[in-house]
Amino acid sequence: MAQTEAKTLAITGNGAVSLAMKQVDPDVVAAYPITPQTDVVQNFSQYVANGDVKAEFVTAESEHSAMSACIGSAAAGARTMTATSSAGYALMVEVCFVAASMRLPIIMTTVNRALSGPINIHCDHSDSMLGRDSGWLQIYNEDAQEAYDATVMSFPIAEHKDVRLPLMNMYDGFIISGAIGPLKPLSAEQVQEFIGQAPDYPRLLDAKNPVTMGPFDGLHGWYFEQKIAQNIAMDNALDVIQDTYDRFYELTGRRYEHLMKYRMDDAEIAVVVANSAAGNARAIVDKLRNEGIKAGVIKLRTFRPFPVKQYAEALADVKVVGVMDRADSFGAPGGPLYMEVLTSLYQEGQCAKAVNFIYGLGGRDVFPQNIEDVYRRLDAIAKGEQDAPRERVYVNTKGM
Amino acid sequence: MTSQLTEVRWHARGGQGAVTAAKMVAELAVERGKHFQAFPEYGPERSGAPIVAFTRISDEPIQTYSPVEHPNVILVLDPTLISSIDVVEGASEQAVVIVNTEQTPDDIKKDHDFGNVRLMTVAASKIASETIGRNLPNTPMVGAVAKATGLFGLEEVQDHMRQSFGKKFSEKVVNGNLEAVRRAFEEVKE
Amino acid sequence: MTDKDKTTKEMKWDISGIKNWGPGDHELGSLIPEAGNARYYQTGGWRTEFPIRDDEACTQCLFCYFFCPDSSVLAENQKVTDFDYDHCKGCGICAKECPADAISMHPESEFAERVKK
Repeated sequence: MAQTEAKTLAITGNGAVSLAMKQVDPDVVAAYPITPQTDVVQNFSQYVANGDVKAEFVTAESEHSAMSACIGSAAAGARTMTATSSAGYALMVEVCFVAASMRLPIIMTTVNRALSGPINIHCDHSDSMLGRDSGWLQIYNEDAQEAYDATVMSFPIAEHKDVRLPLMNMYDGFIISGAIGPLKPLSAEQVQEFIGQAPDYPRLLDAKNPVTMGPFDGLHGWYFEQKIAQNIAMDNALDVIQDTYDRFYELTGRRYEHLMKYRMDDAEIAVVVANSAAGNARAIVDKLRNEGIKAGVIKLRTFRPFPVKQYAEALADVKVVGVMDRADSFGAPGGPLYMEVLTSLYQEGQCAKAVNFIYGLGGRDVFPQNIEDVYRRLDAIAKGEQDAPRERVYVNTKGM
Repeated sequence: MTSQLTEVRWHARGGQGAVTAAKMVAELAVERGKHFQAFPEYGPERSGAPIVAFTRISDEPIQTYSPVEHPNVILVLDPTLISSIDVVEGASEQAVVIVNTEQTPDDIKKDHDFGNVRLMTVAASKIASETIGRNLPNTPMVGAVAKATGLFGLEEVQDHMRQSFGKKFSEKVVNGNLEAVRRAFEEVKE
Repeated sequence: MTDKDKTTKEMKWDISGIKNWGPGDHELGSLIPEAGNARYYQTGGWRTEFPIRDDEACTQCLFCYFFCPDSSVLAENQKVTDFDYDHCKGCGICAKECPADAISMHPESEFAERVKK
């Protein structure tokens, strides 16, 4: 594999992730196919069939079973991976809570796709946002390269002794999962060296030394304390994630942060956005900067745990921030990302004006002009020409 | 073609190999050290249904993932699509449009108003039938793209095919494809 | 070792002070580092009636042994020996199922007098 080190591959987002899985060669992959994730596990099953990997591939009869198999596998100490999307993730969610509370570092690729209905196979983030309280670490990725890198970086994060939590990696369905783009992969040796051996946890499933996992603790038991322990692990993960990003930078020269800032140093207006739409935002910022408008972009990366302080710092001198949500939380003050950003500002005693833009639901296109309209509106608010709307602003919708 | 960003839109029917060809163009761009992106417009894929795919090639990293709005190269792999969809919608000024047909550009202009584009034709299906033995217009179209846009040389395309097809297909198939690309390169009509 | 012995064996997991354990004191993921510990939870106190077996009427068919939902009918060498009154909840299924009517249920108020001699 060493010769592929410098070579750029032309590969789909899903192809990039299944290549990372091949190089990681986990002990177990248990999965059920669903568009647009299917190629990830299909490619991997071919690696298994061809003898390229030693992994055990478990074909489950549903996502609920797939995650249950992952729990059994991880509870026995096996490095375990799976992948899903949309309705498949929704079916998994019950068991995802169990995986997190049992502190099993399962790694899951979640290719973002809308939840029904009406039935829709295209991209939005309503699936992974559904699981934001499930206790899984959540990392959002812009393109094939980020999704590949994140897959490799997942293991040292999730398996760290102070974390021990399952981790989800997201990227946009079809837009990234099926698009052919450039990828600079590592060699399999580099991947193995980076992730290292899976830690040897005490007290796994072992017939010779039986333990009881996840038992009912009675009315006056320790459920509450265990939930607090999960939150402590989330807090610990902030540093562990950044340390892992830094170690990855030393290996690859590719820099990752909890939030990826672009031209934010003196920005007066800014947009917070996740995944593939971030590229369009950077291009528009370049255009506006040429006009003298001080605009910037913050790309979401780490969503769970949410880096409150980092957001507050990045937005400290921003007059108006637009938060772009590719999912809605019906009846809430705004989309999920908007609420996190607002809370971060409030907790740090800041009061930049904030506007929530809902975009791209069910795969609705987001063109450069749509993003430019967002920035123009923020600019008008910053200049006092418009009031900041409290209600959601919908992007590229019909008949409104 | 001297512009920094080339945006290609492919019109085809499912099964004609447009996505494979779009990937081939992307790989050719990699070999030239350029940045690239190739993606279909997704829907329920069915053999025979009209499909659209996009390729972007640039000297700079490509940041946008939205569909191509103003293509400067439009490739029509099935001539019957011209009557059912507006293949030149959003075409940029002087966009190159290449249609797979045995007709000449002037024949097509009689029936269709394509406005201000450079219309070219190439008999990709006929060439494919005669060289590969099957109506697979995608590889000859790549030869026509090389000629019409100057993005790649004929030998570059052929070298790439030798490498990528050589592992998977018989020598006869590989040679058929090489010949198809050469003929399409030489037989593009404007 | 009989089933009766197992119920009285000491638990190895030291849970002294567990009522005041905080988030960092528990095993990771709510794990209990010892299996088969349900027996340390004595459910005999839930009873309102308790079973008594008439050894002369008993045919040793073992129906009670198999039907008991709490594994509280004790047997050795394929013969019923006793009830595990530490765990028997007094449901009466054994008495209901006994084909020889050899098991009878009695008010818990008589338990001390009739069983705990």
